[in-house]
Amino acid sequence: MTVQPTPPPQGGCRNAPVLKERGQREVFCGLTGIIWLHRKMQDAFFLVVGSRTCAHLLQSAAGVMIFAEPRFGTAILEEGDLAGLKDANQELDREVARLLERRPDIRQLFLVGSCPSEVIKLDLSRAAERLSQTHAPRVRVLNYSGSGIETTFTEGEDACLCSMVPVLPKTDARELLLVGALPDVVEDQMVGLLEAMGIGPIRLLPARKIDDETAVGPNTVFALTQPFLGETAAALTGRGATHIAAPFPFGEEGTTAWLSAIASEFGVDAETFAAVTDAPRARARKAIAQASEGLNGKSVFFFPDSQLEIPLARFLTRECGMTALEVASPYINHALHGPDLDLLPAGPQIAEGQDVEKQLDRARAARADLTVCGLGLANPLEAEGLTTKWAIELVFTPVHFYEQAGDLAGLFSRPLRRRGLLKLEAAE
Amino acid sequence: MKLSVWTYEGPPHVGAMRVATGMTGLHYVLHAPQGDTYADLLFTMIERRNHRPPVSYTTFQARDLGSDTATLFKDAARDAYERFQPQAMIVGASCTAELIQDDPGGLTEALNLPIPVIPLELPSYQRKENFGCDETFFQIVRALALPMERTPEITCNLIGPTALGFRHRDDVEELTRLLSDIGISVNVVAPMGSTPADIARTGAAHFNVLMYPETAEAAARWCERELGQPFTKVVPIGVGATRDFLAEIATITGLPCKADESRLRLPWYSASVDSTYLTGKRVFIFGDGTHVAAAARIARDEMGFEVTGLGCYNREMARPIRALAKDFGVDALITEDYLEVEDAIRELQPEMILGTQMERHIGKRLGVPCAVISAPVHVQDFPARYSPQMGFEGANVIFDTWVHPLVMGLEEHLLHMFRSDFEFHDDAGASHHGGAATARVEDGGPAPQTPRSLPAEMKEEAQVIWLDDAERELRKIPFFVRGKARRNTESFAARQGVSEISVDTLYEAKAHYAR
Ligand code: SF4
Ligand code: SF4
Repeated sequence: MTVQPTPPPQGGCRNAPVLKERGQREVFCGLTGIIWLHRKMQDAFFLVVGSRTCAHLLQSAAGVMIFAEPRFGTAILEEGDLAGLKDANQELDREVARLLERRPDIRQLFLVGSCPSEVIKLDLSRAAERLSQTHAPRVRVLNYSGSGIETTFTEGEDACLCSMVPVLPKTDARELLLVGALPDVVEDQMVGLLEAMGIGPIRLLPARKIDDETAVGPNTVFALTQPFLGETAAALTGRGATHIAAPFPFGEEGTTAWLSAIASEFGVDAETFAAVTDAPRARARKAIAQASEGLNGKSVFFFPDSQLEIPLARFLTRECGMTALEVASPYINHALHGPDLDLLPAGPQIAEGQDVEKQLDRARAARADLTVCGLGLANPLEAEGLTTKWAIELVFTPVHFYEQAGDLAGLFSRPLRRRGLLKLEAAE
Repeated sequence: MKLSVWTYEGPPHVGAMRVATGMTGLHYVLHAPQGDTYADLLFTMIERRNHRPPVSYTTFQARDLGSDTATLFKDAARDAYERFQPQAMIVGASCTAELIQDDPGGLTEALNLPIPVIPLELPSYQRKENFGCDETFFQIVRALALPMERTPEITCNLIGPTALGFRHRDDVEELTRLLSDIGISVNVVAPMGSTPADIARTGAAHFNVLMYPETAEAAARWCERELGQPFTKVVPIGVGATRDFLAEIATITGLPCKADESRLRLPWYSASVDSTYLTGKRVFIFGDGTHVAAAARIARDEMGFEVTGLGCYNREMARPIRALAKDFGVDALITEDYLEVEDAIRELQPEMILGTQMERHIGKRLGVPCAVISAPVHVQDFPARYSPQMGFEGANVIFDTWVHPLVMGLEEHLLHMFRSDFEFHDDAGASHHGGAATARVEDGGPAPQTPRSLPAEMKEEAQVIWLDDAERELRKIPFFVRGKARRNTESFAARQGVSEISVDTLYEAKAHYAR
């Protein structure tokens, strides 16, 4: 059974020319992913080995310091570590021992590489092996890079999940593995829909706890819930698993297409699929229709941020009646973004990478009704009279699947509604 | 290596950004990886600036490292010059670029740009944000300021305010007003609001007002030495300090410096009867050295609070803060580890914290009210309304800000009288703070028999236990004095060698501490 969305009459964007730019990039580094990953994996601690800048980035991106001792921190390199006066590895071992003693709830520790640790060639994979031996069996230590010289924003989650693939137990069972960190409530909805179709067993990566039964093997099929997990997908494929390509589950149409691709893999019949999805589909359509009233007929311009841009542009153009002028993504990966590019109506400039000054010139010339950009650019553009949506909220808010489809449209329509409501111009 | 979670200060290049962002006509070319662009949001979001900071980042990537990051830097500097046409440029490296040693100064010099280019050496692995401000401003002044003839009338420069500073915008306005009151006009305000051309003419002023030693002391000393400009040592935060500041200016200028105090309301507000309820409130003070020193004096001499502890996070100010603490008869806490600050507050159980946004969170966790007196601060501490800290209006603002988290005097009285009343019970909090009314929990919840560790002064008797009755009685005491009652009772019990606290112990302690 398959429910395929109709491709746009004027053709999609898969073969559209891509504007590739190199210049100043105005994006976060992969460390930022720690902000949501540490909430997701409840027994994990993320230890960045980096500088005061890395600590300050995490603090500024996290915004809210409600946790006295959150499950992340930065081992700040000091002059002595760099000058070789102290053995950085010994220092790291000491800090980790102290941390694990203080936090007996921690079962997995991620050593997260940063630009400074990579430039001085501190080998965190060796450190992880060594520390794993020291602290086994209570704590498993893994490492990945979240550095700005290697990773852009959401690629940090990709690198983190990828680091877990080699240590997943092997299974020969036919299982569905769903990959990507989602808020628990969304994850529960997703699993609920698939289980109602009789699909199972379902495993999750990342699992909420280290003891959860996520495994991988030649009979595993996996689907990605986020469009930025290319390395993880490759690593899973390397362990014999098979990827189910699909548009990403944003909006009613994307969710249906995504579920349908999995359903057909598992031989779910059309009636069952309809029985499970008809009601939430109708709800989602209704919610989108309400929330997107202010979006209909409006134009949108995407700065590159999270790699969510292409699927979101597909949602906004096909389900909310918007026109995309430019859709920029930090990276475009046809294996992952292809299905969404197929559905995105031809027309917008597709761009990969960034030269922020030139892109700002284009955004000012385009004067889209809505400009989706990072926090550093939003207020300055608002001050120039553009209406903006800050991209980071799209990563921090539950936006996947049917029940959040209306909220997703609402995130984009609120800035426009506000602009309509405020009557602040001085009298003529 | 040192494990850190929340930090009071960012890296030094963020300090340089604060200087550059405060100015116009200056551009900062920063050799840094892409993630470091997060710093823009500090200014555009937290401070709600409507312009991007004037910073170009090279955003080099791993693949550039082997090849040519130096060319990348040169291109970025040339492009920035062409696009922004600044009057002057500062160039430097963030922590990562410091390691690859590309020499931004030399590279830019080789471009022969027709403007002054000021190279910054900010050691990222040793120093922090405040140092970055201070050093950057100093280098800019040193490169641009020239000796020149003084203005015919007596003028001064206001130096120290930067972007992202705590109330800097309004402090400048208040001081400008105060100085004009006494017949002194302002020559240049810098770095905030100035251009490189303005910096060049700072030498025309007769003296400098050093508003924030954290961000401009090096420049002030240089101007004193090289341009013969004396600078003020008193930071005019609080009534007494503002008067001392005026006296200091009188000495420097020979003018009478009599300011109009008709706008000053703090003294009467502190003296009015409602403020009896402020008397002896135990406060803990933490922040940057300058604001802590000012707050301590106001707390003790102008509000009638009792300062139970104080400290600062910037080690540069450790000496004066230690001396100050000695004067107040308390220990100084000099640390950048907020967990140590939290421990100190937990142990001292103050009735109010005067701190930074870190202490606001600590206060939230411990249930202690907090007023913010120092950076680092968050978006709500950049208010839309005029709210300086300096000068006479600053004193008024401080009175209001510090009293706000507390329960109003008459309300406190009612809470004492009707402490078990359904409406005035203490879980309801202060009436002017909004929030849903919380119903009183009748049984008072489980009595924690858990042993509590005691304040350091009586370590031998490490633990006491509250008996159920005593715990219930304690809960009847209004929340804003409960911490004090708990602490006093425990100290009293420990001193008496009592290991279980009964209702009698509670009241004996009360009698003992009555004043
Ligand atoms: S409570 Fe306010 S100041 Fe503190 S982190 Fe949250 S938003 Fe920032
Ligand atoms: S870009 Fe590099 S140095 Fe900057 S915060 Fe990210 S990891 Fe740290």
